[in-house]
Amino acid sequence: MAKSHKPVVWFPFAAGGTVIAFCIPVIVLLTFLAALGNVPAGLSYEKMHAFAGNGLGKLIIFGVVALSLWSSAHRLRCTCYDFGIRADTLVATVLYIAAIVLSIAAAMFLLRI
Amino acid sequence: MKERLVQLEVLRYNPDTDTEARFQRYEVTCAEEWVVLDALNKVKADIDPTLNYRWSCHMAVCGSCGMMINGEPKLSCHTFLRDYEGVIRVEPLVHFPVERDLVTAPDDFMEKLKRVKPYIIPKEKKPISEGEYKQTPAQLMKFRQYSMCINCMLCYAACPEYGLTPHFIGPAALTLAHRYNQDSRDGGRKERQEVVATHEGVWECTFVGACSESARRTSTPRAPCSR
Amino acid sequence: MSRNPLIREVPPTSWYFRHPLYLRYMSREITSIFIGAYCVLLVVGLQRLAAGPAAWEGFVTALQSPASIVFQFLCLVAAFYHAATWFNATQKAMPLQIGEDFVPGNVISGAHYAAWAVLSVVVLFFTGVF
Repeated sequence: MAKSHKPVVWFPFAAGGTVIAFCIPVIVLLTFLAALGNVPAGLSYEKMHAFAGNGLGKLIIFGVVALSLWSSAHRLRCTCYDFGIRADTLVATVLYIAAIVLSIAAAMFLLRI
Repeated sequence: MKERLVQLEVLRYNPDTDTEARFQRYEVTCAEEWVVLDALNKVKADIDPTLNYRWSCHMAVCGSCGMMINGEPKLSCHTFLRDYEGVIRVEPLVHFPVERDLVTAPDDFMEKLKRVKPYIIPKEKKPISEGEYKQTPAQLMKFRQYSMCINCMLCYAACPEYGLTPHFIGPAALTLAHRYNQDSRDGGRKERQEVVATHEGVWECTFVGACSESARRTSTPRAPCSR
Repeated sequence: MSRNPLIREVPPTSWYFRHPLYLRYMSREITSIFIGAYCVLLVVGLQRLAAGPAAWEGFVTALQSPASIVFQFLCLVAAFYHAATWFNATQKAMPLQIGEDFVPGNVISGAHYAAWAVLSVVVLFFTGVF
């Protein structure tokens, strides 16, 4: 019986799920406030640029974005299966590649700041 | 003694004549404090002796009388009539082949149970003269909650992943594997991982949590999925 | 006597209507669509931030479109729902034994909720919301 490759996929999923639970609600709250017209002071260009310009800030942003992307991709894969889409290998490949590509893009943008 | 008129809608299937199942309605007078199994016994004794179902202990220990009662997997000996109003719908456990009426074929579960080696595999064998394998209360508590399983298969009927992915090893077998892995006297984790950690094993669990809901009285599946 | 068992198939595209618990599970899984889309938005935001002050201002202004407000609101609901389900699951996923006894489940979940609240308040404080 072949060992599953799923642990490789699952541990970043669990880490990402934790990151989403702890960090994403407050981040959405911030952008939602901005969307309603009350842009928080911390979302100004200077503040954001200063945060993303520092090494630790880059690391935090990359960690949150990359892990959340991976976790969502994995959960979306399971959701597709649960909705009756049985082309699991195709769905998994597309979603995981999308998560990786977007993470690399995020890293490149961060390095430019 | 207070009585109540109970209406049962029971799934019937005769493998010799039927190609599909149908529901049959029974009306039976029961005592207020009876359970669903009592009502079925009354039906079989007084109304329809052809009705088939499994049961043995009538006290939630043997795990033979699992059925779907109004769509929930339940032990029928532990499901009180007074908790229901109107027609009570009784079906065999879902996700298992129906052998006849409410009797299901547990072959798949039995085979999966064997595969996880649900017994102690000692780290090193020692002769009886060297005495027993000792265990502290704390070491016992570590796995005790996982050792209460009575193999009633309710969690398999509750688990949608097992229904959708029949090769999934399932809640009870995973729980039992975890129970022995957590035992201080056991050294068989590696052997069990060959089954548990495959693509048919623990990674198929998506943490729906329905298994734990179905098994509140006995064991705690779901917890081992995190390990 | 030969066996002729009846196989009752699970409907692969509509099984979750069978039980409210399954519907709750599916709604938890569906949050991933919104979280995933929101992450894409975050990546776009990083790109705008890297492109300079004008681009960033444009991004923040674009956030204020009606469609964006609806999207953000749905993401907010999804994010809170995911957090609640995740923290409730921790007591099953991470049982903690001290001595003989296990720490009660609601203590484990409660600790996560408390840490979440503290972290959120700290972030809101440093971004100048209050």
